[in-house]
Amino acid sequence: MPERFELDVNGKVCAVEAEPDTPLLYILRNDLDLKGARYGCGTGQCGACTVLMDGKDIQSCDTPLWAVAGKSITTVEGIGTRAQPHPLQQAFLDEQAAQCGYCITGILMASKALLDRNPEPSDRDIDQALERHLCRCGSHNRIRRAIHRAAQAMGGKR
Amino acid sequence: MSTAADKPVLPGSLNANRSLARWIRINDDGTVAVRVGKVEIGQGILTALAQIAADELDVELHQVRIVTANTESNPNEGMTSGSRSVEESGEALRYVCAEVRALFMQAAARALAASIEKLQVSEGVFHVDGKRTSYWDLAAEVDLVREASAQVPPKQAADLTIVGRYAQRIDLPAKIFGEPAYIQDMALPGLAHGRIVRPPNYAAKLLSLDDAGVRALPGVIAVVRDGDFLGVVAEREEQAIKAAAVLAQACRWDAPRQLPHEAQIYDYLTSRPVETAVISDKKDEKAKARTHTTLEATYRKPYIAHASIGPSCAIARYDGERYELWSHSQGIYPLRGDMVKCLRVPADRIVVHHADGSGCYGHNGADDVALDAALLARAVSPRPVRVQWMRADESGWEPFGPAMVMKLKASTDAQGNIVDWTHETWSNPHSNRSGRGPGSTLIAAPHMADPVPVSPPIDSPLPAGASHRNAIPLYEFPNQKVARHLIMDTPLRISALRALGGFANVFAIESMLDELAIACGADPVEFRLRHLKDARARAVIERVAQMADWKSGEKGDGTRGRGIGFCKYKNLGSYCAVIAEVVLEQELRVVKAWAAVDIGRVVNPNGAINQIEGGVLQATSWTLKEAVRFDDNFVTSLGWDTYPILTFAEAPRVEVQLIDRPSETSKGAGEGAQGPTGAAIVNALHNAVGVRVRELPLTRERIMAAMA
Ligand code: FES
Ligand code: FES
Repeated sequence: MPERFELDVNGKVCAVEAEPDTPLLYILRNDLDLKGARYGCGTGQCGACTVLMDGKDIQSCDTPLWAVAGKSITTVEGIGTRAQPHPLQQAFLDEQAAQCGYCITGILMASKALLDRNPEPSDRDIDQALERHLCRCGSHNRIRRAIHRAAQAMGGKR
Repeated sequence: MSTAADKPVLPGSLNANRSLARWIRINDDGTVAVRVGKVEIGQGILTALAQIAADELDVELHQVRIVTANTESNPNEGMTSGSRSVEESGEALRYVCAEVRALFMQAAARALAASIEKLQVSEGVFHVDGKRTSYWDLAAEVDLVREASAQVPPKQAADLTIVGRYAQRIDLPAKIFGEPAYIQDMALPGLAHGRIVRPPNYAAKLLSLDDAGVRALPGVIAVVRDGDFLGVVAEREEQAIKAAAVLAQACRWDAPRQLPHEAQIYDYLTSRPVETAVISDKKDEKAKARTHTTLEATYRKPYIAHASIGPSCAIARYDGERYELWSHSQGIYPLRGDMVKCLRVPADRIVVHHADGSGCYGHNGADDVALDAALLARAVSPRPVRVQWMRADESGWEPFGPAMVMKLKASTDAQGNIVDWTHETWSNPHSNRSGRGPGSTLIAAPHMADPVPVSPPIDSPLPAGASHRNAIPLYEFPNQKVARHLIMDTPLRISALRALGGFANVFAIESMLDELAIACGADPVEFRLRHLKDARARAVIERVAQMADWKSGEKGDGTRGRGIGFCKYKNLGSYCAVIAEVVLEQELRVVKAWAAVDIGRVVNPNGAINQIEGGVLQATSWTLKEAVRFDDNFVTSLGWDTYPILTFAEAPRVEVQLIDRPSETSKGAGEGAQGPTGAAIVNALHNAVGVRVRELPLTRERIMAAMA
């Protein structure tokens, strides 16, 4: 049976009604109209649906709604806008770090979690943090460069 | 009245879309609408086309609005494929925009009572002696509903100010800020969600269905059955997914197991009936008589998936009379052609809009899912239905790049010159696209109760070729025979994958070249140059050798080594040479790749380099890891665990240099790196450890077996 849940998404409390086992991905995309998290596999293998839960990157496609009650969720829409881009978003634009871009929002969220815990990551740290993120277009080099660039831009701000 | 046949041939896609108004409209908000038929598939084409238009019109890039392709207003430019968009759409736009600019110059000269020669144009404003007017002031006076003459010459290379410079991709901000940018994100009022239940294999027939339980599930609007086509529509996406899973359990299928076994696939293919064509035949008996060393080898490449990260998606709406479709197809007009047959309504009752999708790298499930969505939408008219395939739908049912076998035999003389060359390629055709043939190629077409026959796949002819793409070497050999054996029996569903047969043919040619160089004790770079006259080909090879600081005769150290690969894509497109550095650890790893590329006049250097980097990385993934898995029933690689692709930790550093040739025509950059990269890796493996692996992918087992 559908149940009512209160979620904290991007700092706002929102009420939704759905089956408790509904993957968070569909709640974000269809109930809250936040399209930044994207469906790729539904089984936690590609990273396209990645968002932050209490600051940690999780795959929203295999996170049920009941598991996020009381946690705070951040999606790509919550980290920056065209007017006020997050340094990572600015760096991805500056490096033109995307081709089709479908994987990018998930990668941005994992990168944010990485920089939040490790402000000066090495290439190896980046590769590890993005271990579960697939990019079929082959934007890997630019993505690494963009993360380094953002790390530099954010230096001292934390 | 003259007929189309007597009309002069106009450049690129202009020939088939001859009205200026079809391409350009002056908007009243200070921008210019540019309508094209080519579509964005992550390759940055719309940015490159906007640059071309802006430059010719003398407006700024931000004043150009590209109108996404649709079958109502935009020109019909067929497919966005084969790295032809800059040549076809770009050439058309150069002439269209030059002519539009000239018409407005005349109008401006009249309005300002000045001579045309004195007029200056910038940012869309025409000025002379302090007086000014603009495209927008004059829009009402210049009628663009007229046939293009293509008589106004576009700018000379030296006068271009936007083409050839850095331009940020116009579509990327939306994608990076997580705005609704893809078809997957489109929301229409009343949108319902559909999912498909496919048969268990290609040949299966539905025996019975007990769908009462599915209909009773929460949110289910309809269970749709049309022959062997099955789907569900529900209010919510997760409800549709659950209902489809239950529906799959509610079917009984007759599903004969008909596929050849994976382990025998190459024998199976080469023993089928073939249509053989000799595509190159050169004879020089005197040279042949000098034969000293002869090598023979067979190379194999498996089925490879497009493996888009975002599974295919479409939205359809049927109001009882007209269908409206949104699709990430590479060819919205050809797709509409198949829709006419499958939906059995005339073309003027179907509108197809293009919407961006996840990168496709060729013909994936984009077209198929559009028919799925239309069939579901018809059942719940007038509600719009969004269908996104599940991962397993995409991985199992997308058309794959065909498996191929190449048998090569070559001889050198005592001085190490190749005197004889034979190349035979066995392959299925490489295109199953929509819009051709008597029937349809869409998955659901033959499943429907009133089926539409399946159109046979086609293999586009030379010079571009398909299965025989790049089978004729660019190197100069006195004796040469190249044959293509086309296998029409297609056990797995196949269609165009980036570079088509060019990937496998170049892998084979460039491997054999390396084998010969080694047999002759020659350096592989020097050996290639020895057999090449084409100056642009030589230039990319010399450049990449320089970039990588290649040492003549360099040898690997037992685990680490480097190799080279080269091709002129389609023998008429870009030139690309790649050097790869590999190291054999637990698995073979590519640590670095260098690419030198000549695509003629470069429109957007950063965009081109992005495409080439991507091509190198994707081809690295194909070469090291990828093969579609199947058993005698169906495809078994239905997810990323069974079809692994390159990860971040496995992605080599890539360095790309463009050799800009402003006075040569622009060529696409999207596909040229595939063949050279695969070949460079295979050759680097040999350089590293001294073994030759002739079957892809280069898995640990295969390398170990070769070393044993
Ligand atoms: S969609 Fe969630 S990991 Fe792939
Ligand atoms: S940019 Fe297309 S999948 Fe990463």
